[in-house]
Amino acid sequence: MERPGFLPRQRLDDLLVLLRDSGYRVIGPQLAEGAVVYRDIGAASDLPAGVTVESGPGSMRVIKQDSPRQFAWANGPQALKPRLFKPAESLWQVQRDAQGRLSFARCDETPQAVAVIGVRACDLAALRIHDQHFLESEYRDPYYARRRERLLLVAVNCTDPATTCFCASTGDGPAASGDYDLLLDELEDGFLVTSGSPEGQKLSAALALTPAPDARCEVARAAVERAAAVQTRRLPPGDLFDRLFAHRDHPRWSEVANRCLACGNCTQVCPTCFCSRERDETPLDGASSVHQREWDSCFTEGHSYIHGLVIRAETRQRYRQWLTHKLGSWHRQFGRSGCVGCGRCILWCPVGIDITEEVHVLMQEPVHD
Amino acid sequence: MDRYFLTQIFSTCLVCGVYDMKPGVAVHKFSSCDGCQLAFLNLGEELLELDRLVEIVHFAEAGPFDEQTPVAIAFVEGSISTQADTERIRRVREQADFLITIGACATSGGVQALRNLADSGAWHASIYPEPEYLDSLDNVTAIREHVKVDLELWGCPVNSRQVLAAVRALLFGVLPETDRDKVCMECKRQQNVCVIVAQGVPCLGPVTRSGCGSLCPRFGRDCYGCYGPAEALNTASLGKRFAGLGLLPEQVVNRFRAIHSHLEEFAPPQGPDYDRE
Ligand code: SF4
Ligand code: SF4
Ligand code: SF4
Repeated sequence: MERPGFLPRQRLDDLLVLLRDSGYRVIGPQLAEGAVVYRDIGAASDLPAGVTVESGPGSMRVIKQDSPRQFAWANGPQALKPRLFKPAESLWQVQRDAQGRLSFARCDETPQAVAVIGVRACDLAALRIHDQHFLESEYRDPYYARRRERLLLVAVNCTDPATTCFCASTGDGPAASGDYDLLLDELEDGFLVTSGSPEGQKLSAALALTPAPDARCEVARAAVERAAAVQTRRLPPGDLFDRLFAHRDHPRWSEVANRCLACGNCTQVCPTCFCSRERDETPLDGASSVHQREWDSCFTEGHSYIHGLVIRAETRQRYRQWLTHKLGSWHRQFGRSGCVGCGRCILWCPVGIDITEEVHVLMQEPVHD
Repeated sequence: MDRYFLTQIFSTCLVCGVYDMKPGVAVHKFSSCDGCQLAFLNLGEELLELDRLVEIVHFAEAGPFDEQTPVAIAFVEGSISTQADTERIRRVREQADFLITIGACATSGGVQALRNLADSGAWHASIYPEPEYLDSLDNVTAIREHVKVDLELWGCPVNSRQVLAAVRALLFGVLPETDRDKVCMECKRQQNVCVIVAQGVPCLGPVTRSGCGSLCPRFGRDCYGCYGPAEALNTASLGKRFAGLGLLPEQVVNRFRAIHSHLEEFAPPQGPDYDRE
């Protein structure tokens, strides 16, 4: 394996300038609205220095510390998903001319190339799943594809997981593997830089870094190991399909429905959820309309509406649909579980429902009534 | 309301989109602040397009005044709060093929219905020297408690997009889409940071119907439920969460019923109160 290069912290701007000069719009983490969110980054000083996040089920607060570190937090409410699979977008439009003829046109924008800095291991694992779903299935999604082709990923290994994180138990983190172009390990005074693609190699070469000494590599490795060791939540390993579906009538589904708001937040923040609905927006004159796609959720009534009937009218059924798909039938669809252990559904659930806790209870024998 | 009936009312030329006879539209006001009527008045250029497609027969706030001529669509703003209202709403219904309530007051009784929780007679007596001259019912009610309502547009106030979408759908001869999803869905599509989670404030988004574009959370505020109840409600669980955020039981109850106090869906739950766990 290639030895990582060392990028002193004060040279982080060199990387940003290089990315911009290579034609990328640079997106990265920033402190806004009381959380770490991904926005346009002008300079390294926009990154959340000295910020860490205290979190638990349904609650989080940003804490400022006296530290130069810019990536000492786990993950924000969203990362790559809304970049590639837009929360709402126009797919095609139709226009009626004076003779009553209709003409259809695809809504085509050529997206600008985007470089995202600060991508986490869980996000890369989720991206792999979305690539499978949007690009490698029978119906390739051209809208997703166009944005995916123009995406450059600068991953950062996790050193400060949230209490809600459990990527170590799903095997998806905290060390990033796979589809990144560049990988950073954050140290007190700078970053180890590893390239993971030809594009990444080019960037890394242009930065003309000195090879990082063994001692620094060791510090970085230990930090990631610690990040795995401190995680307390976990999911049972393996394919849970049979075990979950055997517990279809477990009383726990009703119990969780007493707490669940059927608000859909868990699915919206989940980096692997991909459901959408489509609708038409028609101006008042009625001469044209725009066909739109927007995020949907298995927690809405429309999701299971079929010809005059809502199949999953009750919250109990909706929660069960979500969990049995994510951790059960997902295996048959994608060859793995749909959970990458990012913990977002736990943290951003307004009432703090915890997927790991629910699964552990469900895996126990149902109490018969 | 079936499709056949709708196409009878709105028979349009599909090529030019104009009608042999333009459908008549009336906008009526009952007890309200007039804010929902602004959804029409703020249309700008689209108001001209609306005028091309329909005949605005009655709209006192904008000028035309004619309560007698039958219309295809009657928009009704405001709640029923006087004896005179109860009679006038019947006449409005009789003159309209399709009746649409706009806003919280018309749809649920709105803010005025808070007086149903108090002794309004005592208030009148304490303010007016001769309260017998007031025409004011003890209880405020929603339009649907008096006449059949064909479509309800929720919001306090409703926005122009809702009103236009309803008119457009009816002109096509179909029923407008109803979206009973929660504000949270719009909130997440807008990529707002959740204010319950990040600020610990009592947001009603998880029980409130979408349609506003998650306006309040977009500005870092907690939703106060003006679009009324969504489907698949769990006010008990959200109320418990509010108690966990530090609201007193009474504050939790008031949080739910500020705008739609007259609705059972937002009434305090039966049984154990929102106690701190
Ligand atoms: S199910 Fe929850 S923890 Fe798993 S990937 Fe989705 S949001 Fe993350
Ligand atoms: S589990 Fe939580 S986030 Fe998901 S729908 Fe239920 S209340 Fe909302
Ligand atoms: S801010 Fe309110 S509306 Fe938005 S996700 Fe949170 S609870 Fe829902």
